[in-house]
Amino acid sequence: MVPLLYFQLLGAALFGIGLYGVLARRSAVLIVLSIELMLNAVNINLIAAASYLNGIGRFEAFDGQIIAIFVITVAAAEVGLAFAIILRMYRNRGTVNVDEINLLKW
Amino acid sequence: MQLALFVIVAILTLGGAIGVVATRNVVHAALFLLLSLLGAAGVYLLLFAEFLALVQVLIYGGAVIIVVLFAVMLTRSSEYPRITDNNQWPLALITAAVLSAILGAAFWLSPDLATQPQAPAFTGLAASLFTKWALPFEIASLVLLVALIGAIIIARAQSSTTQDTTGTEQEG
Repeated sequence: MVPLLYFQLLGAALFGIGLYGVLARRSAVLIVLSIELMLNAVNINLIAAASYLNGIGRFEAFDGQIIAIFVITVAAAEVGLAFAIILRMYRNRGTVNVDEINLLKW
Repeated sequence: MQLALFVIVAILTLGGAIGVVATRNVVHAALFLLLSLLGAAGVYLLLFAEFLALVQVLIYGGAVIIVVLFAVMLTRSSEYPRITDNNQWPLALITAAVLSAILGAAFWLSPDLATQPQAPAFTGLAASLFTKWALPFEIASLVLLVALIGAIIIARAQSSTTQDTTGTEQEG
């Protein structure tokens, strides 16, 4: 039997890796990929809690799984919009590196 | 047995994630992300969330990775031979490590309420989704519609109504 803690630690480690990717990468494409990693870390935690804490307190059977479905929905919408913006950025500026998109930087 | 399976999928997930943030090739990063997402689907299977595992494989493994690869292709990101990280990566590494440590400590120290993982009846998911969560469900579909229309408007080529006057336009 795998303890709940292992799943939570997996989620925490995955979130940290995603955060590193968001902060350290220059290409906007890779930043979006890292955001996907962070969203997945949250999903792992939600589903682990839904499975292990079923029926404890005010927690109802499928709440965690349904919130995870909403997270996946929003992630899909976010990927579509993010890559539309990245395409636009590439067409206007010829680069996808976020540190070269500095028109508004004083 | 379950622990061995957990170790395998955890290594897949974390290894794919490290590949995403460490590789120098954008296409490799997308494929590492696919590996990580399929590992996460395995984690969902271990947690008796079969429907979520299916959704994960279909939406992430199918749609999202295809969109990512299209974006890589259209922005010609793969033509940069060696993508570089910015020079604040040590700071980013420290931040990420500290955050992971804090989250892990919080999970470690929190009281252990967990019972056995349960596999409730599958039909309960739909019953809950369309009764208790009906309004968020409708709003989620609206979010998808808005994102779809917005993505089309942002990404499509110049039209007569949205003239770009910056003069920096680079066609193709």
